[in-house]
Amino acid sequence: MSQAVRQKFNVEEIRKDFPILSRKVNGKPLVYFDNGATSQKPDVVADAISLYYKHENSNIHRGVHTLSQEATTAYEQVREKMQQYLSAEHKEEIIFTKGTTDGINLIASSFGKHHLKEGDEVIISAMEHHSNIVPWQMICEEKGATLKVIPINDQGEIDLEAYKGLLSSRTKMVSIVHISNTLGTINPVKEMTALAQEKGAVVLIDGAQSVPHKPINVQEIGAEFYVFSMHKLFGPTGVGVLYGKKEWLDALPPYQGGGDMIKTVTFERTTYNELPHKFEAGTPNIAGGIATGAALDYLNQLDWEGIQLHEQSLLDYGTEKLKQIEGLRIIGEAAQKASVISFVVDGIHAYDLGVIMDKMGVAVRTGHHCTQPLMNRFGILGTARASFAFYNTKEEIDQFMEALHRAIKMLK
Amino acid sequence: MSSIKERQEEVVEEFSMFEDWMDKYEYLISLGKELPLIEESKKVEENIIKGCQSRVWLDAQLQDGKIYFTADSDAIITKGIIALMIRVLSESSPKDIAETDLHFVDEIGLKEHLSPTRSNGLVSMIKKMKTYGIAFQAKA
Repeated sequence: MSQAVRQKFNVEEIRKDFPILSRKVNGKPLVYFDNGATSQKPDVVADAISLYYKHENSNIHRGVHTLSQEATTAYEQVREKMQQYLSAEHKEEIIFTKGTTDGINLIASSFGKHHLKEGDEVIISAMEHHSNIVPWQMICEEKGATLKVIPINDQGEIDLEAYKGLLSSRTKMVSIVHISNTLGTINPVKEMTALAQEKGAVVLIDGAQSVPHKPINVQEIGAEFYVFSMHKLFGPTGVGVLYGKKEWLDALPPYQGGGDMIKTVTFERTTYNELPHKFEAGTPNIAGGIATGAALDYLNQLDWEGIQLHEQSLLDYGTEKLKQIEGLRIIGEAAQKASVISFVVDGIHAYDLGVIMDKMGVAVRTGHHCTQPLMNRFGILGTARASFAFYNTKEEIDQFMEALHRAIKMLK
Repeated sequence: MSSIKERQEEVVEEFSMFEDWMDKYEYLISLGKELPLIEESKKVEENIIKGCQSRVWLDAQLQDGKIYFTADSDAIITKGIIALMIRVLSESSPKDIAETDLHFVDEIGLKEHLSPTRSNGLVSMIKKMKTYGIAFQAKA
């Protein structure tokens, strides 16, 4: 199944795999710098979805007929591929969800129900996405537990000393982002996980922004739970992954009830299915699952060392160029940073920048990036954000800079 | 005083002179800069229309049977479009405002700014302007 690793990372070759990158927007070549919101998809992913519906479509886990068996086998093979991709110990540790948000809600609900009580504490950081804030607020409110927030410094890095100070025997859960969607900060999740576990707490890592930049080894990080979305990992929308250590997933109650997640049902009592099906009620996104397999095959043959060098060079080049602009401030200057640059320009609203740059074919994200508490921390309402993927180029950064200069000139 | 219909046609004709998007947006930006600011005392929580991207403040006063709008936004392009809205709708009767069909935004090629995905507060602002029209009909 595994393909040979492509000889050496070559961005021009890679771009051929993503047909959308050669389209025009508003008459200009598209510069897609909104990868933090969602990534583009290689041909093989789009083809897998089409092929599935044209030749393989059938419901899984419940048919004796050939099509259903084929679809079930294909879907379950993807789980194995995912296990290997994440270096998980068991394949039933891979739960397919709708996405990162769904995964966090699942854990907040199932973990919270049994393991949170009055006086307990849940720790998150000041740079969390709303989807790693709100589910914890909801369950803490229900259970009378307290939500604690790790502060960050002006560079956008977690204050580790403050974190150690927050950890105590009351800490039951630490839920933190691996890479900040707004700042690009790479958090020391392995170290933070170990610190939490020393106090007997359980750890969830929001990996939505980390998976597109390098393959993750969940056993090395050591957290009990790791969640992400496939659509940011060059795969389909509507599919997410919740990795959970087997002993934890076994112990947690189901999240949603329905088909597929049961063993026996009577009106008096239902017994639940085994992992992973216990957490996968109802017909899943089968086409998305199959396309996830295609995405993993694609990712497995990439030269990830080459990709990391390339992304670092994009980050360095973009940062250097942006710093030359008078009145521009980069928000998030962590020492360990992924290829994401958020910035504000004095006297200019990010929305206006986004509108003008779009006219020049450049797609950036503007606004609060679903991190309002973080915006408050920096005393701003929003930023413009350029987030790079491995298929982006320095030439695109040049076009982006030209559009930015033009926008600033018009708006000043 | 011209009607809402006439004013919409005026704006459409004005915009037909622009040959490219740059001219159009430069004009919008200049309109945004010229827009008389809403009084600071009116920039209160109850007058704010929160978009995900930009914020809009809108105030309406009824005088001699006509509604006078003032507004502001923190984003200049949003403000430029607001200036057009005010030019078209302000100083009209509540009934005319409530019943008007705002087609000019579409015709001058700025429809994208009224898309819900922009969430810049403009769609809500138009709704609120019309709501003022309906509410003031009782008083007019």
